[in-house]
Amino acid sequence: MVSARRIYADFRVFSIGYLRNKFGLFFGLIFPVVLILIFGAIFAGGGAETVDVYVQNQDNGAFGQNIGDSFLSALNQSSTIRVITVDTTENFADFLAAKSASDGIFIPSDFSAHYIEGNQVNITVYGNPASSTSGIVSGTVNGYASYFNLQRFNGTTVIGLTTTTINTQQTNYVDFLIPGLIGFSILTSPMFSLVNISSDYKKNKLFKQLSLTPLTKMEWLISKVLFYILLSAAGFLLMSGVGILIFNAHITFSLWLIPFLVLGPILFASLGMLVGTVTKNPETAGVIGNIITFPMMFLAGTFFPLSIMPSYLQTIAHVLPLFYVTEGLNNVMVYNNIPAAMFDIAVLGIITLIIFVLAVKLFKWRED
Amino acid sequence: MLPIEVSGLKKAYGNLKAVDGISFTVKEGEVFGLLGPNGAGKTTTIEIMEGLRERDDGDVKILGFDPWKNGYELHKKIGVIPQNFTFFEKTTPKEAINYYADLFHVKVDADAILQDVLLEDMAKHPFESLSGGQKQKTGLALSLVNQPELLFLDEPTTGLDPNARRAIWEVIRGLKAKGKTIILTTHYLDEAQQLSDRVAIMDHGHIVATGTTQEIIQQHGSGERLEIQGSQQLANYIKANTEEMQVEYDQAKGIVTVLLKKKIDALAALAAAEQSGMEWGNIQTRQDSLDDVFIKLVQEPLEEQQETTPKDQTNKKQRR
Repeated sequence: MVSARRIYADFRVFSIGYLRNKFGLFFGLIFPVVLILIFGAIFAGGGAETVDVYVQNQDNGAFGQNIGDSFLSALNQSSTIRVITVDTTENFADFLAAKSASDGIFIPSDFSAHYIEGNQVNITVYGNPASSTSGIVSGTVNGYASYFNLQRFNGTTVIGLTTTTINTQQTNYVDFLIPGLIGFSILTSPMFSLVNISSDYKKNKLFKQLSLTPLTKMEWLISKVLFYILLSAAGFLLMSGVGILIFNAHITFSLWLIPFLVLGPILFASLGMLVGTVTKNPETAGVIGNIITFPMMFLAGTFFPLSIMPSYLQTIAHVLPLFYVTEGLNNVMVYNNIPAAMFDIAVLGIITLIIFVLAVKLFKWRED
Repeated sequence: MLPIEVSGLKKAYGNLKAVDGISFTVKEGEVFGLLGPNGAGKTTTIEIMEGLRERDDGDVKILGFDPWKNGYELHKKIGVIPQNFTFFEKTTPKEAINYYADLFHVKVDADAILQDVLLEDMAKHPFESLSGGQKQKTGLALSLVNQPELLFLDEPTTGLDPNARRAIWEVIRGLKAKGKTIILTTHYLDEAQQLSDRVAIMDHGHIVATGTTQEIIQQHGSGERLEIQGSQQLANYIKANTEEMQVEYDQAKGIVTVLLKKKIDALAALAAAEQSGMEWGNIQTRQDSLDDVFIKLVQEPLEEQQETTPKDQTNKKQRR
């Protein structure tokens, strides 16, 4: 029943029309890149904040002292590091990997004993050479180790550092911003466009007119979805390119990105169409569209990482469909955490299916 | 089988009976005009015939199809211009024709179609830059892409300037000459008279008259009459001195009107006038025009009716 020829005909006429519309092109492709440039420029330098570092202190203490604890409390008083203690029963390397953390500090069980006896002992600093925070962490730990050495042994090295590379990507702001803004363009372009088109076509009776041709509403929707999948893919390449070339972003390209670049446009094109269909006129449709789009844009981890938000906002984020797009893109592009991305794909797939079916069911081609 | 058979058709929007039991048929090759004031039920009727609206009651067969149930099949064989035709803003008429050709899976010569609707100069201009008349012509061009046997034109010239209207009429005459069956709705009487073989006048959901414009004038008009410039006394004299003749006097215009059952009655009336010895001036015979009949048939004059779509009317009802 669905004809590829008719879908292609509709796709072609829609694409040509879209490409002639400078305004649509700007918002679809150029605007997200401009956002990357602006946000990237604002936040690219910023290393002034404190780095959260996971620490596992296995030190058993000796002669009634626990030098490991003293060392950590000294570190905590630095302005650069905030220590987050990890239970001693955890396997530290696995823990860091699961948390997608790029830094960690490990203090061995005989730390106090060796220190007091003046024997060489090493603190292990886990870090990622590509991460800007890793330098801060190892530098700080090194500084405090020297201080402790100086105090106890007049500068003789007792506490040394061992550095270990951990297999997580660094997460500086631009790296995070690019998946977020790709998510942003996957949301806004199809959503605003379809809200607009479907309410406008309804008002101008263009749907009625199309219903007098052999084109079916399913074919019409498929052609729009295909268009926005391609537009999202183009936006993805453009934004990644700008991020890499200008901000030296660290992005992992993987086939696991494809489900997000496909499901996202299907979801938001359908959602836009649903809004345009159930509202009475283009004005109401626009308002409802904005009410849905804007909170989602800011709360789903598009411009800022969820981790900096209060926990109730993080809870809200988990019910927003866009969250699973941006989190999924982050999991693939930044953390290379495929099992987590697969979960996002599953959730996204279910939401997309529901919205798509609803949109097709409620969308009326003939009688209004 | 006739291309169009409608009987007992009904459609209501809430309490408003938009179409209230109408019946008519249209023959092959005929141009049939649905005439009526705004809100008479023309568009509802035509949209039901096109398969765009579901009817409440009655039988409708278009080219043998039930338009609501078999709309998809029917649409391959009909051409439609909806009221206030619009299209994708950035698409040119030529692209639009090729798009429709792809959808209908037919091969067409887009330039030839554009020539048929007198739009070849604007072939490559985006739809949004076209004038009202050119937009309607684009609609006409699209309705021809699938080489339909039957065309529905819903108020094809509403809102156009006189030149644009005449240009559209030319195109419609050309289609008629090619033997297409055409249903035309309009609230312009001259348009119906110029283009239609037969008309049906609709008012408040009913068909109040049907036939050729001549037949309607004969059936519903007051017939031929003789008008004589003169006085009340002259009117009285003629009435008194002729047999069973209906004579009226218009004080304001100073005109004596004599209704003619037969043309020869004019001779008797004039003889009486001459015999009276009173003064009388110009004479002429007159017949009701379609305008006169139309105003008589539809209870409210055209201008006083609101521009409303069926939806607006239901809303108004509810608000009250």
